[in-house]
Amino acid sequence: MSDGTLYDKVWENHKVTELPNGQDQLFIGLHLVHEVTSPQAFGMLRERDLNVAYPERTFATTDHIVPTQEEKRKRPLEDEKSEEMLDALETNTGENGITFFDFESGKQGITHVVAPELGLSQPGMTVACGDSHTATHGAFGSIGVGIGTSQIRDVLATGCIAADKQKVRRIEIEGSLGEGVYAKDIILKIIQELGVDGGVGHVYEYGGPAIEELDMEGRLAICNMSIEGGARAGYINPDETTYEYLRGREYVPEGEAFDELVEYWESIKSDADAEYDDVVTINVDDIDPLVTWGINPGQVIEVSEPIPAPSDLPTQTEQEAAEQALDHMELSPGESMLGYDVDVAFLGTCTNGRVSDFEVAADIIEGQQVPDDVQALAVPGSETVRKECEARGIDQTFIEAGWEWRRAGCSMCLAMNDDKLGADEVCASSSNRNFIGRQGDKDGRTVLMSPAMVAAAAVEGEVTDARRFLDDGPSDVLAADDVEEVAD
Amino acid sequence: MSGENHITEVSGTGVPIPGDDIDTDQILPARFMKEVTFDNMADYLFYDARRDDDGEFNDHPLNEFEGANIAVVNKNFGCGSSREHAPQAMMRWGVDGVVGETFAEIFADNCKSLGIPAATADKETVTALQEWIREHPDGDVEIDVEDETVTYGETTVDVDIDSSMQEALVDGIWDTTALMYSNMSKVEATVDGLPYVESDE
Repeated sequence: MSDGTLYDKVWENHKVTELPNGQDQLFIGLHLVHEVTSPQAFGMLRERDLNVAYPERTFATTDHIVPTQEEKRKRPLEDEKSEEMLDALETNTGENGITFFDFESGKQGITHVVAPELGLSQPGMTVACGDSHTATHGAFGSIGVGIGTSQIRDVLATGCIAADKQKVRRIEIEGSLGEGVYAKDIILKIIQELGVDGGVGHVYEYGGPAIEELDMEGRLAICNMSIEGGARAGYINPDETTYEYLRGREYVPEGEAFDELVEYWESIKSDADAEYDDVVTINVDDIDPLVTWGINPGQVIEVSEPIPAPSDLPTQTEQEAAEQALDHMELSPGESMLGYDVDVAFLGTCTNGRVSDFEVAADIIEGQQVPDDVQALAVPGSETVRKECEARGIDQTFIEAGWEWRRAGCSMCLAMNDDKLGADEVCASSSNRNFIGRQGDKDGRTVLMSPAMVAAAAVEGEVTDARRFLDDGPSDVLAADDVEEVAD
Repeated sequence: MSGENHITEVSGTGVPIPGDDIDTDQILPARFMKEVTFDNMADYLFYDARRDDDGEFNDHPLNEFEGANIAVVNKNFGCGSSREHAPQAMMRWGVDGVVGETFAEIFADNCKSLGIPAATADKETVTALQEWIREHPDGDVEIDVEDETVTYGETTVDVDIDSSMQEALVDGIWDTTALMYSNMSKVEATVDGLPYVESDE
């Protein structure tokens, strides 16, 4: 049993009581709502004649179904089902006094991008949302959990969830990232090492020098993909980087009130002698950019590494999963992912749709041109991100390089709007899931990677090592042609 | 839906759904979530996996074991998104209980919210049960929630059911809204102790 960790302290602060079934009733300090998983919950509330208990701690935005093409965002939306969902959210938030960051607010975007940038997500909070990527908010040192619709009903009606306390695994990231290797590569490395179900029953505490060096946007990308490793929540202890990020944001108090909050934030950090259920150490000094080769985020390798042969994998089920992945991806063992043809480059999402992600990508595509047979989509994670990129001219770099510069939404991460991957297409994607059918057609193929790698893939029309485009990148990075010879 | 229902056992014919890491995008593809109720979800269960390229039903187990009540799955079933649409679709299709090697956490939580027992057992036990169901498609499989056993044919095996799920189902308190609503004064006391709430208002 863990003791003295941030998780223990925040849990204790929010624990209301123990329920008869042995679970804890846990108060949720920030409830985020979007259009897809909430309408049924509001419906259940109406059936029981219950009100929203804490509307002032509940914030809504629309992200999953929204069109990202400007001309398609006029109301009513062309797609009737999408319009119905958006309309339901407007009604539900309006009737219950919940703040809704709609199109007209100028703040609409993906829940996990909007709440951090507005300063809603803060250290020492519990955050819940009907979305598995709620772990994102753990980057501030909060406990963020994804919940189902019945649990959304619970939070709406009582401000609470019924929850079992989990074990805490400390993941110590040692070393320092090389040029052209990013937070996304760290989390892909963690999932590679610990597996897609390694975190079941655990909360991940990420720490160590390589984590402390990251800015908030990098930390958000790491915590975001906790669920891809099976951990429902993941967090990073708050520090000066966290406080500096929060200072001056819209929902963060100023002056003395801020200083008082910092005292609280300091108090909930894991103690130096905290006890963990488990500690894992990973060194990232020598990692290269990672890319997935399969159909789950654990099927991931460094970009010039050979794809494993199913027969080399330890268990029969892993072998079968690898066979299925190779078949779907039309790949063979021993090849690397370098040179894998790409039809769509997709930059955005709650993992990598923040200003720094577009900045990194812009550096790579500046002065380059996306080939005619590649569709390159830049989809800011929020309207705030979009406007900041536009104010700095980053959008122009994308447009000049042949990208489509879109409005905010989840877009091709899960293809609930018009942005869908076609049957025979391959997508180089900065998103978080490469599940079959996730990005559109069931025969579409996804390769997960960092924003820099997506940018480079867009320009080359194939998977490549983005460090080739960096002035100060390592000099020994191979081009695709060289590697094919090595692989033979 | 009622929290008064005590669920001590569920039974019926079985359906094996083999494979590790079966994700919620396979169970309920995202494009079918554009509905404001769960009413039609059964129609979309494993929509793509159940059909061939012409849109005809293929040999997916859900097509072969139509009408089954107990789904038997492998490791990390229901991983991926938090969508309750996935277990809702299974429930509305006819699934009353699931047996598997392991379940993704949010999926298991959603099962609990819906009163669907999710029992776990080791790989050997689960594989043997899947095999038996293939040989006995009309045979009865029973999950005893109280005793934590699964019985099929002449065989009874021990399984694990998470203790909070077991208590909730057996005591009929798996509807947590009513339960937690009765503690609202304690909730207020907890909120009073949170510095970030005070400073907000």
